[in-house]
Amino acid sequence: MRVELRNITKRFGSFTANDSISLTVEPGQIHCLLGENGAGKSTLMNVLFGLLHPDDGEILLDGERVSFANSGEAVRHGIGMVHQHFMLVPVFSVAENVVLGFEPTKSLNRLDHETARREIRDLSAKYGLDVDPDAIVESLPVGVQQRVEILKALSHDARLLILDEPTAVLTPQEIEALIDIMRALAAAGTSILFITHKLKEVRAVADVITVIRQGRVIDSVSPETSESDLAALMVGRSVSLTVAKEPVELGEGSLELRDVVVRDDRGLVAVNGVSLTVRAGEIVALAGVQGNGQTELAEAIAGMRPVESGQILLGGRDITNNSPREILDAGLGHVPEDRHRDGLVLSMSVADNLVLNTPRRAPFARRGTRQLAAVNDNARDLVQRFDIRTTGIDATAGSLSGGNQQKVIVARELSRPLVAFMASQPTRGLDVGSIEYVHRQIVAERNAGRGVLIISSELDEVLALGDRIAVMYAGRITGLVDSSTSREEIGLLMAGGS
Amino acid sequence: MSSLTPETSVRRAWWRRLFAQSPTVLAGLAILLGFVVGAFVIIFTSPVVLRSWRHIFSSGGAIFSALKITADNVGAAYRAMFTGSVISPNLLWHSLSTGHGWSTTLTPLSETLTYATPLLIASIGVGIAFQTGIFNIGANGQAIMGGIGGAAVGSMIHVPMGLHLPLTLLAGVLGGVVVGLVPGLLKAYTGAHEVIVTLMFNYVVAAFLIFAVLSTPLQQPGQSNDISRTIDGSAQLPPLFGVASGLRVSYGIFVAAAVVIFAWWFLERSSLGFEFRVTGQNPQAARASGINARFIIIAVFCVSGGLAGLAGTVQMQSTTHYVDGGFLIGNAGIGFTAITVALLGRNKPVGIMWGSILFAALGVGGRAMQAATGIPLDLATIIQSFVVLLVATPVMITEIFRLRHVSTQRIQLATQGWGS
Repeated sequence: MRVELRNITKRFGSFTANDSISLTVEPGQIHCLLGENGAGKSTLMNVLFGLLHPDDGEILLDGERVSFANSGEAVRHGIGMVHQHFMLVPVFSVAENVVLGFEPTKSLNRLDHETARREIRDLSAKYGLDVDPDAIVESLPVGVQQRVEILKALSHDARLLILDEPTAVLTPQEIEALIDIMRALAAAGTSILFITHKLKEVRAVADVITVIRQGRVIDSVSPETSESDLAALMVGRSVSLTVAKEPVELGEGSLELRDVVVRDDRGLVAVNGVSLTVRAGEIVALAGVQGNGQTELAEAIAGMRPVESGQILLGGRDITNNSPREILDAGLGHVPEDRHRDGLVLSMSVADNLVLNTPRRAPFARRGTRQLAAVNDNARDLVQRFDIRTTGIDATAGSLSGGNQQKVIVARELSRPLVAFMASQPTRGLDVGSIEYVHRQIVAERNAGRGVLIISSELDEVLALGDRIAVMYAGRITGLVDSSTSREEIGLLMAGGS
Repeated sequence: MSSLTPETSVRRAWWRRLFAQSPTVLAGLAILLGFVVGAFVIIFTSPVVLRSWRHIFSSGGAIFSALKITADNVGAAYRAMFTGSVISPNLLWHSLSTGHGWSTTLTPLSETLTYATPLLIASIGVGIAFQTGIFNIGANGQAIMGGIGGAAVGSMIHVPMGLHLPLTLLAGVLGGVVVGLVPGLLKAYTGAHEVIVTLMFNYVVAAFLIFAVLSTPLQQPGQSNDISRTIDGSAQLPPLFGVASGLRVSYGIFVAAAVVIFAWWFLERSSLGFEFRVTGQNPQAARASGINARFIIIAVFCVSGGLAGLAGTVQMQSTTHYVDGGFLIGNAGIGFTAITVALLGRNKPVGIMWGSILFAALGVGGRAMQAATGIPLDLATIIQSFVVLLVATPVMITEIFRLRHVSTQRIQLATQGWGS
């Protein structure tokens, strides 16, 4: 299907999310929409998928002007969308999920499982997407779950498939598989709109790349364009994608884990005897696909989850099962994985968030009374030093972009005297410019002689930052390699190989 | 949007700005709408008004007379409400010109403030808990226990006023703290939901009240009724203008004013208040920031319960000077009204202050209206309920007045993200 967007404009109040965007997807083309977070990619896709109504502009499908009142109409016109966060019912089978909303029924409105199963098998065969229709979705690996989402979109005869940040949750191997699927679909004539901010994938898969910045189309380029040129187009200035690291003399162990065992919320062993030493002056990057115990390990180190057995030492001092307050005071800087849940109070000001875990410390409080002058001085200083883009220190944290919210947390943690610094997914959801900035701050902390533990599922990040790379799989550290190890080898370790 | 003329969009932008800048405007519009709804209730329940509308086609002027009758009825009701709760312009003029009758002139205002005082204290207690994310539905029970504590210390200890008055107030606070601590400890150590526990404790305390005034030394000697001893004069909060003035408004309003100032300082300036607010806004982040959730839960129930208890004893010390089996029961349950007042005031001390005065005025004025026009007091309750309903659902106001809550909208969009 040939899809043409002409001068699409979408405003939210005084903010223009899409400013007269035009682009054309040819039949069988893989068209990449590249842009930072907040550039307006998702808004544009939501307009195309009928979830938002454009203030101006028109959509043409195969030359015919259309306008969708809702996503159902978009689906009927042959548009399918795979969302970043899967919209599947975890306890249903693959077949049940795919037919959900359009269920084949027998008499008395009973679900016709046999027809549903057959439909899935036909679809699988037609598109070469191998899935067991009877498997329960929650038991499937994330990559396969995504395949189910794609099948679901295709089951309504989608001739344009929108993939919104589809690789965020996948292992390198699963990304390879997804790229193969995309190529096969395109070869069969399906048009694909692929939204991402990851440069490697874009170059690997796209036929055409359209770069969006601040709601406008900046340029349409070919996939031969270099990564640094693409990054420059996205951000609007040249960006360095690698972080220069000078050798630093290693000191004593600043964060030591000894046979740590931690259980998850369901009471299952999530971290199964992890031992790891982060020495002062080095960055250890803990790689691994989400859900292999990294989250639980980080929470245990920060004192937010009980340690079943084993020991955690911070600068030689035992902090096992201490309270979060004691661990903070002992000198652990912690950037939590979920910044909205654990890192910030979105409804409070930037200034308050910058003292969130030190409200009682001098000079921010004296005899139980907050010293707002000191709190505000601190905020002005950190906003300037960490280049936090905000309308003011009184602006709520929720009004900041994701990158600047993360800078608030990083600034807060790094402005305290630390023994070790731990950051979980420090650049998740951040744009290239902010990633560069956060990475530089982390390396600076290492150079200052602190031990740094980075927990990340982004292989690029792990390779860019880690002096040593530990790979976690199924609750254990399956490999401890140095930073010269190849992507493929680490990818294999992440997938459970050895 | 494109169909708007420039003037309407400018006017709308002006409205929006006014609205975005001031949540007070929201409350003001809610109150206005509450009275509009009240007017319709009067119209549809008044036989005189309805009869006048039934005959509007009988003659040319009938519609005008129907309109006049309607306006007269609604006007009379609201006038009675105003003069009964704030001041009567006629009486004020009389007093100003003759210099006499001040006591009669100021009685409505005095009554409003008398009712507002304990309500304000209890509402701030509830509001502080709300700001911490804790639903203290048990303020009424805590207030009753405060009244019992105050009555016991006020009537059974005999010391000079300089000591007796603060001790009695303190006893009220402690009574509230004791009742508040039970759900606090249960929640902190077992996770028991505070709404259930506090709600149920209201019944426990109400039963204890009957027991206390019937079967303990607190019962008025020589009485078989459910009534306590009367507290000593040295434990009473005396009328502001002396007993001779006949005005009931007491020194309790200074207690309430102190509570407002304390609450503002506590929430905006104290470290513990900051931790309360962080916990209320995002408990997970509070935990990750090293705030001890268990301590905060217990502390908030002490503060909230203590203030509710203070409200109860202030009520007792400034009006009845004793407690009986009907103390803060039923319509008098300020601890329940406090929940709606806290909502109305958006849990902010100053907002709550205005909210309590409004609610007290509606209650006092409603009684005056009932006496003057026969319209039931429940009309005041309907208006109160509507105002709270509208404040709790800003969307309704924005739709009715065609406003957009710019700041809310911006916050929501920013957190969801346009393009991520």
